[in-house]
Amino acid sequence: MFQPTKIITAATLAVFASAGVSLSGQSDITVAMQLEPPHLDPTSAAAGAIDSVLYSNVFEGLTRFASDGSIIAGLAESWDISSDGTVYTFKLRSGVKFHDGTSMDANDVKFSLDRARAEDSTNAQKALFSGITDVAVVNDTTVKVSLDKPNGSFLFNMAWGDAVIVAPESVEGIKNKPVGTGAFTFQNWVQGDRIELSRNPDYWGNQPALEKATFKFISDPTAAFAAVMAQDVDVFTGFPAPENLPQFEADPRFQVLEGSTEGETILSTNNKMPPLDNVKVRKAIAHAIDRQAIIDGAMFGYGTPIGTHFAPHNPDYLDLTGNSNYDPELSKKLLAEVGLSGGFTTTLKLPPPSYARRGGEIIASQLRAVGIETEISNLEWAQWLEQVFRGKDYGLTIVSHTEPMDIGIYARPDYYFQYDNPEFQSLMTELNGTTDPSKRSSMLKKAQRIISDDYVNGYLFELAFTTVANAKVRGLWKNAPTQATDLTGVSWAD
Amino acid sequence: MRSGSLIFGVLLSALVVIAAGLSFLWVPFDITQLSIPDKLQTPNKLHWLGTDHFGRDILSMVMIGARTSLAVALLAVGIGFFIGVPLGLVAATRKNSIIDEVIMRTNDLIFAFPSLVIAILITALFGAGAMNAIIAIGIFNIPVFARVSRGAALSLWQKEFILAARVSGKSDLRISAEHIFPNIANLLIVQGTIQFSLGILAEAGLSYVGLGTQPPIPSWGRMLADAQTMVSFAPHLAIIPGTAIIITVLGLNLLGDGLRDLLDPRVRKSRE
Repeated sequence: MFQPTKIITAATLAVFASAGVSLSGQSDITVAMQLEPPHLDPTSAAAGAIDSVLYSNVFEGLTRFASDGSIIAGLAESWDISSDGTVYTFKLRSGVKFHDGTSMDANDVKFSLDRARAEDSTNAQKALFSGITDVAVVNDTTVKVSLDKPNGSFLFNMAWGDAVIVAPESVEGIKNKPVGTGAFTFQNWVQGDRIELSRNPDYWGNQPALEKATFKFISDPTAAFAAVMAQDVDVFTGFPAPENLPQFEADPRFQVLEGSTEGETILSTNNKMPPLDNVKVRKAIAHAIDRQAIIDGAMFGYGTPIGTHFAPHNPDYLDLTGNSNYDPELSKKLLAEVGLSGGFTTTLKLPPPSYARRGGEIIASQLRAVGIETEISNLEWAQWLEQVFRGKDYGLTIVSHTEPMDIGIYARPDYYFQYDNPEFQSLMTELNGTTDPSKRSSMLKKAQRIISDDYVNGYLFELAFTTVANAKVRGLWKNAPTQATDLTGVSWAD
Repeated sequence: MRSGSLIFGVLLSALVVIAAGLSFLWVPFDITQLSIPDKLQTPNKLHWLGTDHFGRDILSMVMIGARTSLAVALLAVGIGFFIGVPLGLVAATRKNSIIDEVIMRTNDLIFAFPSLVIAILITALFGAGAMNAIIAIGIFNIPVFARVSRGAALSLWQKEFILAARVSGKSDLRISAEHIFPNIANLLIVQGTIQFSLGILAEAGLSYVGLGTQPPIPSWGRMLADAQTMVSFAPHLAIIPGTAIIITVLGLNLLGDGLRDLLDPRVRKSRE
């Protein structure tokens, strides 16, 4: 029987019910970001977008990054390090359950670490696990990890999204249905649009304030601006159009968080391609670049100049910007010294982000002023990875390296900028075996100085991490010590 | 009325051509020099149309952009003309023969594809750049010219003066070149003008999605794309290149219409 009045009543009730929820304080949030994850397994892909959605929300590791970048306890509540620095004994939290109801114990830790370091592992950061020689289960809540030599950054390594703990029971399907131990459980993924999470009632730690969280993926900067302005999304992390931020700042409905990232934005240089293989030519390029013009022109003032491949907010950072100050006359002189007073032509291949596309036009103009012509080509990410990152078919490119503490890439001669300096490589080997903080600090400083003096790449600026959010949202990460959108501490102000 | 639209079209088109021509000799500011501190100025005494996000003078950009647009469209229409017209004339000499069928069905095949989408495909496959944009737009002009010239030529082949030429022993190709082509030239000029304005739109479209002219060479389409996120606080960045495109396309279309009225004997007769 068709009963219209009943339907109308039900609909009215539903309207009142939903209105009632919003009156008693909002408990759901919609977070937008630019890139959608290719799949949902952080332990088998380099894509940072996976961590942006899942890190600490769905998946947790033994240790974890706090919002200030420090390393704090995660699934391991404490740990002992043997006096020679090669054995870590982790004491796990008890009563932790995966989202499918199975318990998280020492066997899962052993499984996860062994899986990540296995011969056939698809982990994108296998180097994090390379020093592990053995993972032993002592009892349900104790795991002993043995290393081949002391590793000063082992606890840091275990905090990465690539080192989260997964369960053998559910690991098969986590690319589409992630099962972790975090404060939120995965609900639904509408590919090309959104991922939905909801509160995990069995979470071992403090219950998050939010009941539901939706991650939306909006790649186009114009659409991003419109979505935030229309308040279709509550938060946009890593807002892609810095030119729009002043408008949000002036609008009382929004708050703009400007924080730091681990993203060193550099003019990557093919160190094997003549004439860029000549350090004097690279030095000439470095001195031809006016960093402030790039930060103002491409990023509308958001960004911190850097003179080496290191994050400025790190205590070990050395300000080496003076080593490559803007001095076009010196550039011309250096080019003349190597017989290139007439200049030369090289390629400048630019991936999609605006720091690269706009920065590229500015750098092209600055290089032209000292006689270096660049052929600009704009590439999509897939083409960039193919031609530049894997194919090494480029002269110059602009890209932001967002992994934390990634100065070690300069010790890899097969890396795409093809920098091969045995002195630097042995320094990195030495660094990895050093645990003494003051020795590590001086070695890191030496490393920064070597790559700055060799002008391996043009060091431009540290990418700013800008988040636009509803003015009432509290507890968002201001900085991005790793790619993550930790919602466990996020709430709505009344 | 008729001559009114022609005159208006000529004026608008001339404005664009003069701006493009002048840009070879002189522009108000050197646009290869970026000047970040001067960015995003609204129109003023020094920069008549304001400056863009890199502090470049927009008037200078629009003038050089006119050159880019005209050059790309001219070359693309040239490709279509010089390949399409001979194909159409050859097809007309052998009506309903296998040659005619092959030529015209191949043209139908190309014509059936949405041109801008295929142009995007071509530039995505072979790399973005002005040259590939020209080729992509040019390919889609071929069937247009082939059809127009075949249709017009077929009706001419029935005429007595062509019969006279055949009787005097001239080959079909020679007749096509000496008698048919001059008699359909009017039609082709009209069609060319219309294709030219479509070519300008296509170039702007390809550059807008980043597949046309590459920086630092200015292009109206890319100026629009760059302005997109800034429309809310610097609308002149989008309005000015947008207006330039409108003026050019409107001008060429009016010019094409006017020329058709003037040159096409069929239209002229029906109006009289």
